[in-house]
Amino acid sequence: MEFIFYFGDVFSPLSFLLLLGGTIGGLILGATPGLSPTMAVALLIPFTFHLEAVQGLILLGAAYTSTVAGGAVSAILLKIPGAPANIATTLDGHKMAKQGQGAKALQLSFLASAAGGIFGVLLLIFLTPLLAEWALAFGPSHLFWLAILGVTVIGSLDSASVVKGLLSGCIGLWLATIGFDDIMGAQRFIFHPSLGGGINIIAALIGLFAIPQVLTMFAKGRRTSGAEVIEVQKHSVLDATRELLRRPRALGIGTITGSIIGLIPGVGGQIAGLVAYDQTKKFSSEKEKFGQGHSEGVIAAEAANNAMVGPSLVPLLTLSIPGSPTAAVLLGGLLIHGIFPGSDLFDNHPDVAWTFINSMLVGQVLMCLFGLYVAGLAARVAQVPQSVMAAIVLALSVFGAYSVQSSMGDVYVMACLGIGMYFLERFGFSAAPLVLGLILGPIAEANFIQGGMIADATVGKSAYFLTGGLNIFLIAVVVASIAYSAWMELRSRRYTTKEEAQA
Amino acid sequence: MRKLIAGAAIALTGLAGTAMAEDYPERPIMMMVSYGAGGATDFQARIVTMTAGNEDALGMPIAIINKPGAGGRVGWNWFATQADADGYTLAAYNVPHFIAQSIKGGVSYSADSFEPIANWGADPAVFVVAADSPFNSMADVVAYATENPGKLTFSGAGLFVGHHIAALQIEKAAGVKMAYIPTKGGGAAAMKAVIAGEVMGGINNLSDAYRAQEAGNVKILGVADLQRSDFLPDVPTMQEQGLEVDNSSVNFRGVMVPKDTPQEVIEKLAATVPEMFANDRVAKKMAAGGSPMHIMSRDEVKEMWAAREQTLKELLAGL
Repeated sequence: MEFIFYFGDVFSPLSFLLLLGGTIGGLILGATPGLSPTMAVALLIPFTFHLEAVQGLILLGAAYTSTVAGGAVSAILLKIPGAPANIATTLDGHKMAKQGQGAKALQLSFLASAAGGIFGVLLLIFLTPLLAEWALAFGPSHLFWLAILGVTVIGSLDSASVVKGLLSGCIGLWLATIGFDDIMGAQRFIFHPSLGGGINIIAALIGLFAIPQVLTMFAKGRRTSGAEVIEVQKHSVLDATRELLRRPRALGIGTITGSIIGLIPGVGGQIAGLVAYDQTKKFSSEKEKFGQGHSEGVIAAEAANNAMVGPSLVPLLTLSIPGSPTAAVLLGGLLIHGIFPGSDLFDNHPDVAWTFINSMLVGQVLMCLFGLYVAGLAARVAQVPQSVMAAIVLALSVFGAYSVQSSMGDVYVMACLGIGMYFLERFGFSAAPLVLGLILGPIAEANFIQGGMIADATVGKSAYFLTGGLNIFLIAVVVASIAYSAWMELRSRRYTTKEEAQA
Repeated sequence: MRKLIAGAAIALTGLAGTAMAEDYPERPIMMMVSYGAGGATDFQARIVTMTAGNEDALGMPIAIINKPGAGGRVGWNWFATQADADGYTLAAYNVPHFIAQSIKGGVSYSADSFEPIANWGADPAVFVVAADSPFNSMADVVAYATENPGKLTFSGAGLFVGHHIAALQIEKAAGVKMAYIPTKGGGAAAMKAVIAGEVMGGINNLSDAYRAQEAGNVKILGVADLQRSDFLPDVPTMQEQGLEVDNSSVNFRGVMVPKDTPQEVIEKLAATVPEMFANDRVAKKMAAGGSPMHIMSRDEVKEMWAAREQTLKELLAGL
């Protein structure tokens, strides 16, 4: 309960001003394509040089919280996921925006973000020691199986058929091998200098999601003379809250999956949203509505990616190991003031530690309030004529891809992947499984190689990867996930044949 | 007419050329860091360049751009092949990393592709074990490795980086075979493997290990440097413990420019940058973050690069 004692510090004038500034600025940065939470926080670090340690961290904490949620804006309205965390949000969110329900989608996403986010920070406050143990429990073999579990999701994710989903996943896995191999330093498929660093995930996200859509919009613009105007339905916040409360399953699964997976160093943040989306879909009574603009999809994805924020800081704050790129940047923000995360932080600088954590709690609420205010206005984006919209999205895409590393190479990568995806989409392939392959490939590979090296020196590969409680549990989940997908596929085939027979 | 224009153009470029050297720098400067935001190199680069905009330094700010990937190869490849050699594109170097990588091959740079400006820090590699490990000195580690050849697993941040060099030197000095496990994700991932007990020990940066020891997670058994560190006065060096390991693996960090940068610009930078590093505010922030400073001039760095290239060639010859 120590944290309540330090709540006052969050509300001192300068601190609160920074909190407000960080939250609003974070929402804007998060909504800008290409500016991931990591980059947004890195951009703010120089400002903290001139601030007290506590104030600097308030700014960073607020910005981290709200950039993650802000990513939903471009994901829903423009179909550009600003970071891997927002991929799952595009699946149903953008469909809703197209149906004129952009305001509703945004309101739901901010409410779900706040609910998930507050739960995550509360976990950080009350269960930190327990969570730290859990974060360390995942060694190379477990991370490998976790990545494989992610691969089993690929088939059922947002595709016309399981086979096409798996094929897109394979393309993603192949794309992930491009570049220098991170462990051995071997060069693979580098046929152009800008591919030396591999395919940048942010540039790929923008290309795969936004560009096909731009091309489609241009293509349509020529066919229909007048601009298609979508009626943007007004949606009251009260209705959105009621809708959220009517979907406790999506909210619960999203929040819990997000918190658990977000905790695992190096993996969590990127796949928490997608795994939560997939789990919610499997447990939902309205499976067929997913991908068609279903509110549960948005709720689960956004609850998960904000629930991850608190737990993802556990390894940093307790063990002084940054578990995610954003945590690494925050570590810099602490070190610059001579504060070492770990026991030093909580014993000698409790004011800094708890004010930082409290600011994330208050930041979640502020983020939600501003987000809801913006939602009504932002949803009007859908009324912009298609041809204008296409130009805007294209400009933002180029800007976003360039800004990742100030490199034109990433823009070319984005353009090539985008054009390729446009044709793939026409054949019923979809971007989400491809991106999942791109994310999971390196995780599975690096952990397999690393685990293999440890295994060869100690107990041997089969004992290392196939024994131990956590390994067996993960393998069981993998098997269950595959079996479930196969069963669903068979069942739906049987139904179609029946219908076809009747017709 | 065409001649006139051509003549004017030549005159103008000539003017611009001389003007450039005199007025340099007249716009903000970019510095490429070949590791991700938040890593030790990035963090230190941001601190040592924070006073660049002061009148007594360069008078123009330095912006950090990260081009991470493959242990630094991606960024340095870019710097050697695509960066403008006009003095507005600097890069941070990590020795022995880039020299070891160029000896190993498969990259488009070597020590000759770059011109050093100044060195700001030296971060020795240290041997760490988990806080509850039975090992209490390097002698314990060597004894275990002698009894169980190839069975002692220890982590480090990749192949052909400072940690790997230290690992090779320790194995060579002790005459034992151990299992070096390179991790993806740099020193942080290697440290996590040690703390979580996935490996029996690890090589890590002194600055990160010092922090982890303060947090009570690890024990530091030895420093791979010629003398003890000010941060860890109680931890003996490898040589004190009878292992002939010199300072070849010490991670020297500094600033460099591409090879064809104008000589006047190099001289101007070489004169101002070490002064900039010596700033009080910089020193205070670096010390607060647990980052050891070691300022060296351009000539000293040149010597150090040459010496490293020599020792690394010998060490890596058998691989």
